[in-house]
Amino acid sequence: MLYAKHAPGENLIVQGARVLDPGEAIDAVLDVRIDDGTIAELASRLDPNAHRVIDGTGLVLAPAFVDPHVHLRTPGREDEETIASGTRAAAAGGYCAILAMPNTDPVVDSSAVLGSLIEAAEAEAEVPVGFLASITKGQQGAELTEMAELADAGAAGFTDDGMPVVAPGLMRRALQYGAVTGRPLAVHCEEPTLSRGGQMHEGAVCAELGFAGYPSVAESVMVERDLSLAAYEQRPVHVLHVSARESVDAVRAAQAGGVGATAEVTPHHLCLTDDAVRSLDSNLKMNPPLRSSDDRSALVDALRDGTIQAVATDHAPHARHEKEVPFEAAPFGVTGLETSFAALYTHLVETGLVPLETLLERMTTGPAGIYGLPAPRVAVGERANLVLLDLRASRRVEADDFESRSVNSWLLGERLTGKVTTTIAAGRVVHAS
Amino acid sequence: MAEIRVMRDDLLPPRSTERRHLLSITDLSRDDVERLLATARSFARSLEREMKKLPTLRGRTVVNVFYESSTRTSSSFELAAKRLSADTMSIKASGSAVDKGESLKDTALTLGAYDPDVIVIRHPQIGAAQFVARVTKAHVVNAGDGKHQHPTQALLDLYTLQEEFGRLDTLHVAIVGDVLHSRVARSLIQALALVDARVTVVGPPPLIPRGVEAMGCDVSTDIDAISAADVVYVLRMQQERMQEGANYVPSLREYTARWGITPERLRAGQKVMHPGPMNRGVEIDPRVADAADALIESQVRAGLVTRMAVLYDLLTTGPVGVKVQSLHEVA
Repeated sequence: MLYAKHAPGENLIVQGARVLDPGEAIDAVLDVRIDDGTIAELASRLDPNAHRVIDGTGLVLAPAFVDPHVHLRTPGREDEETIASGTRAAAAGGYCAILAMPNTDPVVDSSAVLGSLIEAAEAEAEVPVGFLASITKGQQGAELTEMAELADAGAAGFTDDGMPVVAPGLMRRALQYGAVTGRPLAVHCEEPTLSRGGQMHEGAVCAELGFAGYPSVAESVMVERDLSLAAYEQRPVHVLHVSARESVDAVRAAQAGGVGATAEVTPHHLCLTDDAVRSLDSNLKMNPPLRSSDDRSALVDALRDGTIQAVATDHAPHARHEKEVPFEAAPFGVTGLETSFAALYTHLVETGLVPLETLLERMTTGPAGIYGLPAPRVAVGERANLVLLDLRASRRVEADDFESRSVNSWLLGERLTGKVTTTIAAGRVVHAS
Repeated sequence: MAEIRVMRDDLLPPRSTERRHLLSITDLSRDDVERLLATARSFARSLEREMKKLPTLRGRTVVNVFYESSTRTSSSFELAAKRLSADTMSIKASGSAVDKGESLKDTALTLGAYDPDVIVIRHPQIGAAQFVARVTKAHVVNAGDGKHQHPTQALLDLYTLQEEFGRLDTLHVAIVGDVLHSRVARSLIQALALVDARVTVVGPPPLIPRGVEAMGCDVSTDIDAISAADVVYVLRMQQERMQEGANYVPSLREYTARWGITPERLRAGQKVMHPGPMNRGVEIDPRVADAADALIESQVRAGLVTRMAVLYDLLTTGPVGVKVQSLHEVA
């Protein structure tokens, strides 16, 4: 389900780092030896022999991250992102695996399109990448794709992300038929007659700025509907990019009721509120929109208590000229792969809202579990998927520093603490700074 | 309020100061508002003289860029600049390169290349004026950006109220109608809050923005709520909002019956304002529009002197507005 260009595993030794893997209950200063890309030994003071030495002194060595929600814009908008640039961006952000959404041009709705993406990934992906296929043909919300064939061809899951499956009857069929694929169904929850024309969260800031509002209920009614259908069909469902307190409440209630419901949240929804939109910066325009501070605290609470299992960047690159317009004319979406850890470390961990261990879990095991991907672990015998983090380093986010082809980051100019210094994905170093 | 030196014809041309803009009422302090209104009053006196033109902005260039149709705003900005002896250039979206698909950024850069002192812009999209302020070196005046702001309209309304009542604080203004789609309402609510006037917005529930109370106004959906107000400010009912299927109100007929301003709904002596253009017989009864208590023509006259004051203030000493980061500083 994950594809990358073939490269042999490296012989590495990471010396003197604080090894932190909450899942393995490790938090100790250790050396980690990697033979041919596989973790071979964890001990204090290992002999490097002929292995390449990476000095981890003063750094944290943790399982590398998994991003369950990325837009690679390929095929169709290679000017905004390619598999090569998007996976380089992922490497820079500390990711060892990412999942790409199917809302491309053409849509990933046939095994032919999926096959060409897998072929491209095997030629150019720096970091293993998986591809979701669409639930409906052309994401038109009318006919199911050939889900079984797509699953056999390697689809990591199914979603019409970017738009909802509007008709409840069709959503029900997707849940029913999707069972034969063994792959998760991920839903973009938006009731289009409630969100229509909406530019930002409906509330006091929106009232003042004059935008058409995109109310939180436009999301939560759809979350509630999809969870009801999932409960009725006794099928799991993954809720993409939740933004509203009511959505969180619905997910929590469904989980308590035995529904296999999972959810993800983006760094920008965890760090910002609709108040930020006062700047009218088009890099603060995304779907779903930034919501109220009450919504934000519900998201932070849900991330901490595990109602939300995963941080997902919803990395959405856009061409510079398409974002250099008045807010209303700009497309929805912001980038996130290269800034997610630093943003969350600065806004959630340093402020004491979320423990570092929890954040790491929600960026590794959490998202991997949703899609049945192997969880990155610091354990002997595991493929090396590791990230070295400098928790004291601070840097200003600059447009020139991105590996992504697009620079529509909501963090431009902001100073962040926490830096990914090295990423090891599938047994080899894919990023070092 | 010390620096109303405008009236002296021998005044030196104002010196250029740091970049300032008038993008939103939120850019202004109460002091700024009071200074602008005082300047406007001085200009009003100067316009009573036979020679109406002042040399104050001689050699300065004011570019008006209008992406939306406008009579009052565009003509008054143009005349305001001419009365102050500035060179003016007016560009309308139709018939310009905008028709050929030129982006706002490129249009702004093109106009900016002539080094205008002021760009006055009206645009259908929220944030257009901020955007132009970020990509050019000119002072930018927002003459209306989508449903967001129309700060010079609010200033001219304050001027009209001040002239009529002799005070602004403790005045009670009821703003009636389609608040949701009204940049005039947004700017005016903020401006009235700034000078400690009281505001009640009145209209059909779907046309009152959720959370608008946070701007410092009371809200009512009952037209009787206008009775306590000194002034009833009638918003234009935009016909295009009433298209079939929009369902903000079931029909214009029902809107007029419930919220239309008729002589019967007004107290004796209650003043009426309207930003224009009016839909007579829809939001405002023609008898109200033509009555002595209507301040609508005063508003139009106030538009000229208020806009003269804004141009003067931007190009001289007063600290109107905010600095906007340039794109280069941000990106």
